[in-house]
Amino acid sequence: MSTATAPIKTTPSPREITTEPRFSDKVFRAVVTAGGLSSLVILAAIAFFLVYNGFEVFRSEGLNFLTGFDWIDALPEEGLAASYGLGAMLYGTLVIGLLAVIFGVPIAVGTALFLSYYAPEWLKKPMVLIIDVMAAIPSVVFGLWGYFILMPHAEYWAKLIHKYLGFIPIFDMPANAFSRSPFIAGLVLAIMIIPIVTSISREVFAQTPLDRIQAAYALGATRWAMIKAVVFPYGSGGVIGGAMLGLGRALGETVAVYTVLNLVYDIRIEVLLSAGGSVASMIVNKFGEADAVELQALMAAGFVLFLVTLAVNFIANIIINRTARKG
Amino acid sequence: MTQLLQAPTPATPSKPWKAKPKNLLPEIFGALFTAVSTFVIVGFTPLKGKLGFSVVLILMAIITTSLISGIKRDRKAAWNSTTTVLVYVAAAFVLIPLISLLYEIIRKGIGGFSFGIFTRDMSLSASDSPLSEGGLLHAVIGTFYTVILATIISTPIGILTSLYIVEVKGKFAGLVRFFVQAMSGIPSIVAGLFIYAVWMINLGNSYNALAGAGALAILMIPTVARTSEEVLKLIPTDLREAGLALGATQWRTVAMIVIPAARSGLVTSIILGIARVAGETAPLLLTIGGADATNLNPFSGNNSALPYYVWKNYGLGNETSIQRAWLGVFVLMIVVFIFFSLARYFGRTKDKKAK
Repeated sequence: MSTATAPIKTTPSPREITTEPRFSDKVFRAVVTAGGLSSLVILAAIAFFLVYNGFEVFRSEGLNFLTGFDWIDALPEEGLAASYGLGAMLYGTLVIGLLAVIFGVPIAVGTALFLSYYAPEWLKKPMVLIIDVMAAIPSVVFGLWGYFILMPHAEYWAKLIHKYLGFIPIFDMPANAFSRSPFIAGLVLAIMIIPIVTSISREVFAQTPLDRIQAAYALGATRWAMIKAVVFPYGSGGVIGGAMLGLGRALGETVAVYTVLNLVYDIRIEVLLSAGGSVASMIVNKFGEADAVELQALMAAGFVLFLVTLAVNFIANIIINRTARKG
Repeated sequence: MTQLLQAPTPATPSKPWKAKPKNLLPEIFGALFTAVSTFVIVGFTPLKGKLGFSVVLILMAIITTSLISGIKRDRKAAWNSTTTVLVYVAAAFVLIPLISLLYEIIRKGIGGFSFGIFTRDMSLSASDSPLSEGGLLHAVIGTFYTVILATIISTPIGILTSLYIVEVKGKFAGLVRFFVQAMSGIPSIVAGLFIYAVWMINLGNSYNALAGAGALAILMIPTVARTSEEVLKLIPTDLREAGLALGATQWRTVAMIVIPAARSGLVTSIILGIARVAGETAPLLLTIGGADATNLNPFSGNNSALPYYVWKNYGLGNETSIQRAWLGVFVLMIVVFIFFSLARYFGRTKDKKAK
């Protein structure tokens, strides 16, 4: 700076401008992309390894694996071939999942409505906390509680239902066995899916446009008329999606169902009878003493369960995302 | 000044919309009628017990409130009252199982609770020996190992996934987001089966805590990824742009600005993930093998875990083992609640910053 004598003869060449990211950024993006794609890889690996290990059973059983009712190990000395059919368990899983939705969703939606439009301000926070606490309780705890505490009550309710509604085929009782029925499993599952259905319904209800709500009130609507005219049309998709997410959880629930459900390889329409099915519980039930072939069948069963729950979750998420975007 | 101070005080605000005692009369009368009629019906008809009482109470509440608002206004108001009662009943129904659960856990679990149980394992005690013998040290250590290892595996993957979706916004961001959402619904038993297939069958290893941790990690990744994603989205874009405008590379912007700003939220996401998997039972049944003795090596040999301990003692089915199962539930719930409270504590500081 001190010398102004020597004029600059050459202008410095301009800095090279490029959109090419620096080396550090390239590494960063590569690492993050690898991490981000690893969940896809894990999902693909789950599907691959379950199919790979269960392939023999898929091949030998064919479609019978989905429709057959028997789950019999091979008895070579008696010349009996193994037969693995998941039909009864799939049906049972569907029954308890639907029961859980029937019991749980009305209560969950009611609770979400209560939290959004009825509850006094001071009650909202503790109530949300309670729902969160419920979501954090492990399934084995629900199982123990369901077996020791809920079951005696639920058996009594089942007897009442049978006594007064027994003429309806699904409430009929061929034997006097009310414990460990799909009805009780459905009750336990309903309690377990209430938190997720409630929180998703609440999220969707919160996106209802406020001006519509106030317009409804200004027109003199009662609270229920407002909910029917504004909240439900906006949030119905989210509620359905939430119910499906709950169904997905119920279909895959293992330990809690195992403790309160009697697994029977038969399709019965009587929901109060002590005979039901659940793919997930069956896997745990058979896993302990399974030989190599049966293990393959269990892997195949796991793959079916994986596909079913993934499909239910996909559809549910699509519905929820669409509703959320609309709001 | 003194005159100003003594100026006439403003009239006390009246609230003409506020319910006067006279207006409350029908409501009080209605509540009284509901209670009295319920007792009368339960007393003089075959309906008995708590079930009969609550059913009658709900029905009478619906009838009375609907009648009152129907007389005062119209049918729409009556229908509104009916649904209001139903919504309140639904909210109350949520509380009943939870209160019953917590009450029973404490009632049945606290009996055998002592500090001794954290110093002994079941290697020297039979399942039906009294509660003063044996303990759940092995289960606590097993849970500690599986959860810590699962956290170590899943945290980088989960946070990288959220960074990929929010920061890098790569080609597959939408796809990854969608699949991670769906992944959170994978049944836990499937995660266990997968680890069993890969780790035991195809790689030929045997049961250990690391395998259990692998299964738990699969269940933990979606929770961590989704919560971190929400947290990163809350960081203002201004911060990122400021970093880039100062000439920082994206790597330095994320590492020096975004992640420190989101730190407490990211911690919350990890803790939420831990709370999600600490009580998982099904995948552990297939992967850790179970043990009665304390195993300090997470990389070899069978291990136990708190949910496994509960499961096993429930399965044994004798009187003391059932008590042990409840004791295990009690300890497990304490562990879950500690993480749950931690998550809420960190989550709360995040809320304050956002405001």
